[in-house]
Amino acid sequence: MIQASSPSFPPFTEEHELVRQSVKRFCLEEIAPFATEWENAGEYPRELFHKAAHLGLFGIRTDPKWGGAGMDWWASAAAYEALRFTDFPSINIGFMVQADLTVPLIDELGTDELRKEFLAPAVAGKRIAALAISEPGCGSDVAALRTTAREDGGDFVISGQKLWITNGVNADFLLLAVRTAEDRHHGISLLLFPTETKGFSVGKRLKKVGHVASDTAELFFDECRIPQRYLLGRRNRGFYYIMGHFQGERLATAMLVLSFMDRSMELAVQYGKERQAFGRRLIDNQVWRHRLAEHRASIEAARWLTYHAADLMNHHAKADREVSMAKLVTTELAQKVTYDCMQIHGGFGYTTEYPVSRIWRDMRLYTIGAGTSEIMKEKLAKQEGW
Amino acid sequence: MNIVVCVKQTPARDSLLRVDAAGKWVSEDDLNFEINEPDAYALESGLQLKEQHGGEVTVLCAGPARAAQTIREALAKGADRAIHIAADHLGALDPLGLAKLMAAALRDEKPDLVLTGLQSDDLGYGQTGVILAELLGLPHATIIMQVEVEGGTLQVKRELEDGWFQHVAMPLPALLTIQSGISKLRYATLMGIKRAKTKPVRTVSAAELGDAATPVLEVARVYAPPRGKRTQLFDGDARESAARLVEKLRFEARVL
Repeated sequence: MIQASSPSFPPFTEEHELVRQSVKRFCLEEIAPFATEWENAGEYPRELFHKAAHLGLFGIRTDPKWGGAGMDWWASAAAYEALRFTDFPSINIGFMVQADLTVPLIDELGTDELRKEFLAPAVAGKRIAALAISEPGCGSDVAALRTTAREDGGDFVISGQKLWITNGVNADFLLLAVRTAEDRHHGISLLLFPTETKGFSVGKRLKKVGHVASDTAELFFDECRIPQRYLLGRRNRGFYYIMGHFQGERLATAMLVLSFMDRSMELAVQYGKERQAFGRRLIDNQVWRHRLAEHRASIEAARWLTYHAADLMNHHAKADREVSMAKLVTTELAQKVTYDCMQIHGGFGYTTEYPVSRIWRDMRLYTIGAGTSEIMKEKLAKQEGW
Repeated sequence: MNIVVCVKQTPARDSLLRVDAAGKWVSEDDLNFEINEPDAYALESGLQLKEQHGGEVTVLCAGPARAAQTIREALAKGADRAIHIAADHLGALDPLGLAKLMAAALRDEKPDLVLTGLQSDDLGYGQTGVILAELLGLPHATIIMQVEVEGGTLQVKRELEDGWFQHVAMPLPALLTIQSGISKLRYATLMGIKRAKTKPVRTVSAAELGDAATPVLEVARVYAPPRGKRTQLFDGDARESAARLVEKLRFEARVL
């Protein structure tokens, strides 16, 4: 990793270094040796959530009152950087949903009663969470969502369908976006929805190009009744909560993708040093030296943009523009970097036995998930006033 | 039960080692450091004994400023406090000199048990713990695989050669040097890392601890073993060749 010109930025401390070391060891001992086995099985043990929770991965920035470590975004950055050693992005996305897509929203919007019931067990890994927003007819256009919650006595009664829900099969509860009024933007609310609720069912587990061991589900709600106290935040403010929360999700995505670019570069350089062709190492060929050097420079540029966005988020400053750019730049760059890192492996890279091919397949998701590249560009264009 | 665990910071095991310009040690530029592996198991044993019998675990570490990170890691894993003997050039000390500093740092402590790693991954003398026991006037046992405390007495399992073990009962207080790989090491949790900041670390300089004794050992030269292939072909039938191969692996390569 590049050395900072000023040692004050990024402000990684000894504490962050310990996070990095501990998370790396966890990945190397508990995950990486089994990655291929779990990938082939198409699933990983639920127990990993308990182990990751014990390490503290789900409450990095959460108040210690609810079991978190009460650290900052730099601790999250350190953890993401070390999580590349899983060699298994399927698990990283599962952890990310818990740590950065659901827990922070409950922490921010929940009452103490809801925090006790949902946040603390999620941080402790006892309850797996999923964020349920997308529907068959609503992806990027969140305001078009149609799953409805009508009031009935002291309850909400929910009907509808969700799609592309990561952790959806195994989730114990959902952070569920529903329509509570007609108005497109002012008619959406967020609910905490226990999946043992009557009328809830998981449809097929979706088959995907990558992240094959991560469960991605289609969810159905047939007159599901939950108490109104499970409303998260204010009624009909859900759209704005989601939009605000996307910043954290997108920053986390940029960090996850950066870490796997680093990992694929490490694998490529290692292979390039070991593999001999025409009497020399692959890495001795200028074509590879220059291509990897370009990637190294581009990754560092993307990293510093991401760090800048993290710095703004840490200071609770407006980071919309920077986070969108970081998400756009890292995920697009990852397509080129992982492609070339696979290419240097030749035929071996095309087999599923090498982690580099898994990373290449799995990184394809991220120009689509958490807001497509097209949406990121549109947001940026709007912010520029065009 | 008051337990002192002695830990050392050594270059990370995956480090690319280069001999320094003076040819007396490895260059520390670009090196990452970590807790000496056997010491990590000593710490784990200490933490487990504390969980079983109560008391506290104090970490004793001699090293330059960078050793603070290893101390923090030990505190993050659950040690209660630490003593840091701040010294830049410990490599110049031999085990006797280092043990004298450590004994002096423990002068006001009243440990029931002192644990060290069996040896360090860098210098590998395997002597520091044993000499420290002598200086503290404690009985000691080495290459420990298992530690139990029963009614104020230690029951330990020592590793001998060829798969043999020795079970020893010994009194407390005592010093044990712990073998690697005897248990699963815990992770420093993020909560633990956060808490470590608030735990006390007493820093003492080597000068405050008095004379470390003139070294009787000196590192004259450090060099990498020569690399090369020496292929040996065995003639004869398979059974005979296999027997010779095993003999060479056992007595020359010493990998069996």
